[in-house]
Amino acid sequence: MGSITLEKVSKSFGTTAVIPEIDLEVVDGEFVVFVGPSGCGKSTLLRMIAGLEDLSGGRIVIDGKDMSSEAPAKRGLSMVFQSYALYPHMSVYGNIAFPLKMDGQDKAAIDKKVKDAANILNLTNYLDRRPGQLSGGQRQRVAIGRAIVRQPKAFLFDEPLSNLDAALRGNMRLEISDLHHQLKTTMIYVTHDQVEAMTMADKIVVLNAGRIEQVGSPLDLYRSPRNVFVAGFIGSPRMNLIEGQEAAKQNAVTLGVRPEHVRISKTEGAWKGTVGVTEHLGSDTFIHVQVDGVGKITVRTDGDFSTDFGQQVYLTPEPARLHRFDANGQAIPN
Amino acid sequence: MATLQTRATARLMMSPAVILLFLWMIVPLVMTLYFSFLRYNLLMPGTEEFIGFLNYQYFLTDPAFFTALGNTLMLVGGTLLITVIGGILLAIVLDQPFWGQGIVRLLVIAPFFVMPTVSALVWKNMLMHPVNGLFAWIARSFGFQPIDWFAQLPLFSIILIVAWQWLPFATLILLTALQSLDGEQIEAAEMDGAGALSRFFYLVLPHMSRAITVVILIQTIFLLSVFAEILVTTNGGPGLQTTNITYLIYAQALLQFDVGGASAGGIVAVILANIVAFFLIRLIGKNLER
Ligand SMILES: Nc1ncnc2c1ncn2[C@@H]1O[C@H](COP(=O)(O)OP(=O)(O)OP(=O)(O)O)[C@@H](O)[C@H]1O
Ligand SMILES: [Mg+2]
Repeated sequence: MGSITLEKVSKSFGTTAVIPEIDLEVVDGEFVVFVGPSGCGKSTLLRMIAGLEDLSGGRIVIDGKDMSSEAPAKRGLSMVFQSYALYPHMSVYGNIAFPLKMDGQDKAAIDKKVKDAANILNLTNYLDRRPGQLSGGQRQRVAIGRAIVRQPKAFLFDEPLSNLDAALRGNMRLEISDLHHQLKTTMIYVTHDQVEAMTMADKIVVLNAGRIEQVGSPLDLYRSPRNVFVAGFIGSPRMNLIEGQEAAKQNAVTLGVRPEHVRISKTEGAWKGTVGVTEHLGSDTFIHVQVDGVGKITVRTDGDFSTDFGQQVYLTPEPARLHRFDANGQAIPN
Repeated sequence: MATLQTRATARLMMSPAVILLFLWMIVPLVMTLYFSFLRYNLLMPGTEEFIGFLNYQYFLTDPAFFTALGNTLMLVGGTLLITVIGGILLAIVLDQPFWGQGIVRLLVIAPFFVMPTVSALVWKNMLMHPVNGLFAWIARSFGFQPIDWFAQLPLFSIILIVAWQWLPFATLILLTALQSLDGEQIEAAEMDGAGALSRFFYLVLPHMSRAITVVILIQTIFLLSVFAEILVTTNGGPGLQTTNITYLIYAQALLQFDVGGASAGGIVAVILANIVAFFLIRLIGKNLER
């Protein structure tokens, strides 16, 4: 079991309010991702749930019990830190066994659980090594191993992949998702990488300056962002946000259209522009076009499309995929 | 310093300093070695002659030597025990955030700046004096018989004084080690259910082990040659109870005017210090490799 409820949770350091007031429901077994720009309070919120940071107000309820002022160890949660926070003087075995040892379990039981965890995480050959003798990905797995042996009610991850290179990050993303399907334990995962958020989450919580901007499934957020912030944050490359006359034509202050929802043609279209930088990814091509009277527009098209710098092109946004926002940045329903 | 040429230049430029240091060390050492094989007493000038290992024989069979050796070890060991344990505790206290932290840190470090002669005199006359001392006054105001420190517990008194001088050093080194401990490790241990004591023994102590070995090594080097504190308080007495090797050599040379015997003692001290250093370096090497 592992349902977590935040009720009017707030946090200030001295006089600066980092988190004004947050209500959030995490259902048992869910994979929830907190995303937001740097400094928006993701880590702080996670640490408050873990019990490493005091609440300034509100309640944290875990499995129906108020845990707001309970010690971290009593909450039954496990955390994986960004720096892994492995114990450098202990072997991998010692690291994974540590929480069990602290729990006072007997040697045989510990041994079995450590071996099981090592098995799941492909660490069996490294049990005698110290953390300093492991690669980044292996350390990451040890940190996860240390978290799973306690069989916690929920896992908390604070940007666990941000120290890894791109390829390894992709692998570990899959492994963590796999682990979630195997264990079916609640996971709360903090990241500022929206690709991680989109690919792993059952539910994404978009944070901005300590406030929740929107909560929903990845496709929800992608299809119907509630405001300009979410629209700009979810999706890669970013949604094109157009202001001024072109937006006013659609009765909006800001008009949003995703790069993949703009058609590009060399002969005809709604907007005329000049090609700037072109990024060829092989599968896709991102073309940055300067459109007269509209501004810079990024277009995503197939990998075979080729243009030259300074060439004239025509763009047509798909009308059904336009997002309209009012003066406060809130979405206007179509 | 990659190319052959720059390395040669570097050697050349360094050589004056190295040669000076080498002479600085070798001249006194060779002279001491030379004197140690002579009959050389300041009261009988003109009778110097080569007598082989006789000085060594006298020094090493002197019962005072073994007493002094024991006292030296007790002094070093006792002081290390107090400063390392006290230093760890103080470092932990000073690492906590509290009001007036800066001033308290300064106060803790202050004893290190007091020269040994002065601090020993302060302890002798203001703190441990059986009539006028602060400790005696405290004892009396509770109705106890004051302790005559230097008569009843002479070696322990010296150890206390020396430990007081070296505690700041140990505290400082251990505090910096403590401050370099990753806060997330402690938090991880907290989440893993480790209490304060477990965190100390499983995380903090192993983390500080390197700093502790450094403290032990450096202090041992200096504590083997404690002298001023003994000279101004007990003069090695009562009897031989506070005579360490350094003081014994001093007594030999300047109280009995036996330069030859004192030189032999000096060479013995050098050999002993090297034996200690050998074991310490091995211990440290093991600890530093990790
Ligand atoms: N101990 C503290 N004292 C004062 N301010 C703090 C403290 N810890 C964090 N903050 C502030 O709280 C805000 C949120 O910090 P937090 O670490 O939660 O950001 P984050 O969303 O995790 O950012 P990142 O993605 O860079 O990790 C920041 O503006 C930070 O300066
Ligand atoms: Mg963070």
